[in-house]
Amino acid sequence: MGLKFSKKSDRILRTVLVMVGLGVIGGASTLYYATLPITLEPGYQPKQPVPYSHKLHAGNMGMDCTYCHTSVLKAAYASIPPTQTCMNCHSKVKEKSVVLEPVRASWASGESVPWVKVHRLPDYVYFNHSSHTNAGVSCVSCHGRVDQMVEVKQVQTLAMSWCLDCHRNPAPNLRPAQFVTKLDWKPEGDAAALGREIIAQKGINPPVNCSGCHR
Amino acid sequence: MIQIEGIGNQTGKKFWRSLNELAATPKFREWMVQEFPEGANDLLDTGSRRRFMQIMAASMGLAGLTACRRPVEKILPYAKGVEGLVHGVPQHYATVMNVAGQAQPLVIEAIDGRPVKIEGNRKHPLSNGAANAWAQASILSLYDPDRSQKVLEKGKASTWEAFEVAAKGTFAGDGEGIRILSGTVISPTIAGLRSSLAAKHPKAKWVEYEPINEDFALAGAELAFGDRLRPHYSLSKADVVVSLDCDFLHLDNPGLNVIRDFAKRRKAVDSAVPAGHAADHKPADHKAGEIAAGVHKVDEHPMAPPAGHELAVAAAPAADAAAPASPFADASTINRLYMVENHFTLTGAQADHRLRLRAADVQAFAADLAREVAALPQGLKILGQSDKFIAALAKDLLAHKGRSLVLAGPRQPAIVHALAAAINHTLGNIGETVSYTRPGRESAAVGITELAKEIGAGQVKTLVVLGANPLYTAPADLEFAAKYKSVATTIHLGFEVDETAAASTWHLPESHGLESWGDAVTSDGTLSLQQPLIEPIFKTKSAIEVISLGLGLTTSAYELVKAQSKLADPAWRQALHDGLVAGSQVTPSKPAANPKAVEAALSAAPKAAAGLEVVFFPSASLFDGRYANNAWLQEAPEPMTKIVWDNPAIVSPKTAKELKLEEGSVIVIERGGRKVEAPVLVQPGHADNSVTLSLGYGRTSVGRVGTGVGYNAYLLRTTDAMGFGTGVTISRSPRTYALVTTQEHHDQAGRPVVREASVEKYKEESHFASHEDAHVELIQLFDSFDYSKGNQWGMVVDLQSCIGCNACLVACQSENNIPVVGRDQVSKGREMHWIRLDRYFTGTEDDPEVVHQPMACQQCENAPCESVCPVAATVHSPEGLNDMAYNRCVGTRYCANNCPYKVRRFNYFNWHEDLEEVGKMVFNPDVTVRMRGVMEKCTYCVQRIQEVKIAHKIDGRKPIQDGDVLTACQQTCPAEAISFGNINDPESAVSKMKKNNRNYTLLHELNVRPRTTYLAKVRNPNPELA
Repeated sequence: MGLKFSKKSDRILRTVLVMVGLGVIGGASTLYYATLPITLEPGYQPKQPVPYSHKLHAGNMGMDCTYCHTSVLKAAYASIPPTQTCMNCHSKVKEKSVVLEPVRASWASGESVPWVKVHRLPDYVYFNHSSHTNAGVSCVSCHGRVDQMVEVKQVQTLAMSWCLDCHRNPAPNLRPAQFVTKLDWKPEGDAAALGREIIAQKGINPPVNCSGCHR
Repeated sequence: MIQIEGIGNQTGKKFWRSLNELAATPKFREWMVQEFPEGANDLLDTGSRRRFMQIMAASMGLAGLTACRRPVEKILPYAKGVEGLVHGVPQHYATVMNVAGQAQPLVIEAIDGRPVKIEGNRKHPLSNGAANAWAQASILSLYDPDRSQKVLEKGKASTWEAFEVAAKGTFAGDGEGIRILSGTVISPTIAGLRSSLAAKHPKAKWVEYEPINEDFALAGAELAFGDRLRPHYSLSKADVVVSLDCDFLHLDNPGLNVIRDFAKRRKAVDSAVPAGHAADHKPADHKAGEIAAGVHKVDEHPMAPPAGHELAVAAAPAADAAAPASPFADASTINRLYMVENHFTLTGAQADHRLRLRAADVQAFAADLAREVAALPQGLKILGQSDKFIAALAKDLLAHKGRSLVLAGPRQPAIVHALAAAINHTLGNIGETVSYTRPGRESAAVGITELAKEIGAGQVKTLVVLGANPLYTAPADLEFAAKYKSVATTIHLGFEVDETAAASTWHLPESHGLESWGDAVTSDGTLSLQQPLIEPIFKTKSAIEVISLGLGLTTSAYELVKAQSKLADPAWRQALHDGLVAGSQVTPSKPAANPKAVEAALSAAPKAAAGLEVVFFPSASLFDGRYANNAWLQEAPEPMTKIVWDNPAIVSPKTAKELKLEEGSVIVIERGGRKVEAPVLVQPGHADNSVTLSLGYGRTSVGRVGTGVGYNAYLLRTTDAMGFGTGVTISRSPRTYALVTTQEHHDQAGRPVVREASVEKYKEESHFASHEDAHVELIQLFDSFDYSKGNQWGMVVDLQSCIGCNACLVACQSENNIPVVGRDQVSKGREMHWIRLDRYFTGTEDDPEVVHQPMACQQCENAPCESVCPVAATVHSPEGLNDMAYNRCVGTRYCANNCPYKVRRFNYFNWHEDLEEVGKMVFNPDVTVRMRGVMEKCTYCVQRIQEVKIAHKIDGRKPIQDGDVLTACQQTCPAEAISFGNINDPESAVSKMKKNNRNYTLLHELNVRPRTTYLAKVRNPNPELA
């Protein structure tokens, strides 16, 4: 009785099995890394209905964050400003500009400007801006140098492990509360030492239990 | 019953929850031993395998497509900013709303302009921050997608403009043939418009009709005082309370202040027993091992202050605490309640002595009692089997002249109210525990009877129905539906396209109370203002707007209400802020009763016929039917029967045996040629020869939730039997029907979870509650976490004051986005309520007593659920909370399996899946909306705790004070039975409650160290009736 398969076929089978195995491992790793927050999240920069430049307003002209984001020191949400806030100046400045047409249309019709959300947390996360800004966590810690961005881009992962890194060791991200909106502020001495001083002075003890953020 | 060695109800009473449990039938045992009821894991519609593969393939495909990029979300800010509004920050507005026919003062929480939660108005003396289940649930009706949304002309969609044109022709001339039918008018603005209408169209008539009304009470006052007066009760001053078929704590409640006053007098029991009482230290029940590791044990605080609780101290004079022990010494502290009723009500459950009588026999009882206390001119020695009860009761009443109170229920005929007034008069109670005001309104039933006659005689050409539903609620013998159709033009303003709407020429959609301006007079006479929190969601108008439209007025409802209040700024703004006009309440009078007139009326009154009777109660959930489309209320278990989504015909065990009925039999109840078919529920403690029916069910047109649920008891209710009627025959239908009840879910296997004693026993053994703990050695497996620092949250529930009214259950549902699952799912044990009210019977089948016990997550320090979770989705917080991270839960249900209190709830399905957009508006944005496959449970309202903590952090890191954090259940409780706060603060209310003699821990022997503890119930029986 002759052999049904040649001796070569055994080698081919082994090669194929190894290739398939490698393929599976490779595919799984690619999928794993491709879906990590660090891969997916930072760099997200959607196109906005109005090319509003934070660099121009907050950077070059030096407007404070709280001029528009009025409740960032008082409430859970920082608030995206109403069209009215834009019109405070733009009824006089660049009142004919083509790019501002959606703003004027909104002001005339009463419909919202449909801004696209950049920094997105899941619905089961209850982040509160005011508790962070009052503790002395600057905008820059989570949002980056928005004052240098023409269009806002996400710079951090906003992943739970990233939140917990700071909740477990808040000192490097703390500064005196009056400087939280000064995005280019740098401590004069050791940042961590200053942070520890603020922790002691305010009794800062960030929650690391579930209900701190999930309700 | 499962018996666990060494654990059992050794010292206390035996409690049971249903007749099946008492009899320990095999079926009951089988139901009980399964952790999750049979079929709880099964899909309802078991589709084919092929269909399953199709769905899975489709969802995989979709998942692949959508995962490619993250969803784009838009942020839509206002174009023009709104003053004072900060995104996500709640705003609170005071208002008043017609809740179950009464003006209830409320405060509404709105987030981003969207009302999400209803609370009582703390500034209003009637509410003091409390609200009942109906008020709590009315937020759901606001967002009901089945609400009436369009003007209908003969059933076809029309517009307000078209109606306006038609109305101009209708409302002209002297008003000949125009009739307006409304519910009881409690709004001064509507009363004002009614006068304008009378001036403009003098021949038009206004008729008021409420199916649940106070007609008999007013007629009784007319017999006794010669004037139609409404009684007001001061339960805080009454040592002895006798209720003649009056469920004043629940269905016949005249105001939440009555519940609060009553509860205060119940809690006053603590002033009778000083803490650290000598008898306490008798070590008879204790073993050394028990004390070794016990936490929160009351014995550890022998120096606890007396009473321990500020309310109790306030209600009872300090001198009473030291009073000598005599049978009546404690009566000046805790009150004593005698209840005479046919059907077991929540008031009956609170009673120290309860006499079950047919509703028709209450009149004879009242007459006997009146003679025994010499309230009637012809004194008479009474005879009969209730002799001993009446004699003891009369003696008790006579010993408490001026400090007792007799109440009569709204189902009882006028003569019973007159007899109660005569007894109160003789005992000198009028002006002390009861006083009167004149409501100045028409009698409801006479009004609609006359209207029906006029329609029959062809005198009515136009009938305007404002917010009422007479085709469903009118007495059956008026044949109102047929008559209504004979009226040429019928205009109906209603919240739903209901039975009346379907038969009307014009149907107009009505605004919700949170969408419109208005006002109301609360039962104490206080003028309260109703302000809208949201623009009408649909194109609706309020009654005020519709009447002004009919009158051709151009003034807005706001201007009308403001003008009616006669207030100018800043008093008007202050009144709006407070929700009431301060000092506007009416001073009640102290009329003298005329015993001779009552005697004459008594001899003229018909005597009760023997045989079967039928009694009509408003439903605890749907009231008169107006809440039929409210799913929260449909699913709230009826407090005594624990039935959901149905209304049974309730009979006593003895009557059931005589008529050969069992649970689930369907009977035909026949009276005067009218018939109703209803499923039977055999209720321990019900009077024999009596059938109780709940009104409000069997709606034929109301919406997807309420249509076709239960049977319509109005079909039997005639003008001669508005409260009850005799001459009833019952026959058995061949049908059977399975009622769905939650009473046998989550059984506690015979362990002493509710604890109760008499005042006598409490005096002898003040720590009787903790003495009932099983005597086992408590072993700690792990090192304890240090809970001595910071805020440590804890709760105490006082069983002494809890009346079991469901207000907490609905408040919790509203606050925590708890889904409704429906009748079929409840039958599988899948109800989702985080707090449940367990109802336990004790005593005999015929004459049991009842205790209610609110049960939610006990927040155990050694939580058994945490140690079995494979993914650490439930873990402990440093503040002693048993945290639940929904996003981590994978749905193994091990935690529910390991929970000794059975308080965890599993989302078997995505209950919110089919919600329409408007229905989603009811969600509290501060709480995650859970989806399928996730376990959930009470969190002590952690979102409220965090909100307060963050607010205090921002505000200079101030420490949290007692009372800053209120849980939803605690806030709304009309009886103030729930205390919550920081147990690390010795001055907090909850710490003081935990030092109370009556404090005990549920399933202490498990050493799970729950943060919620209970105060045992103490009853105050009359020693002469022992």
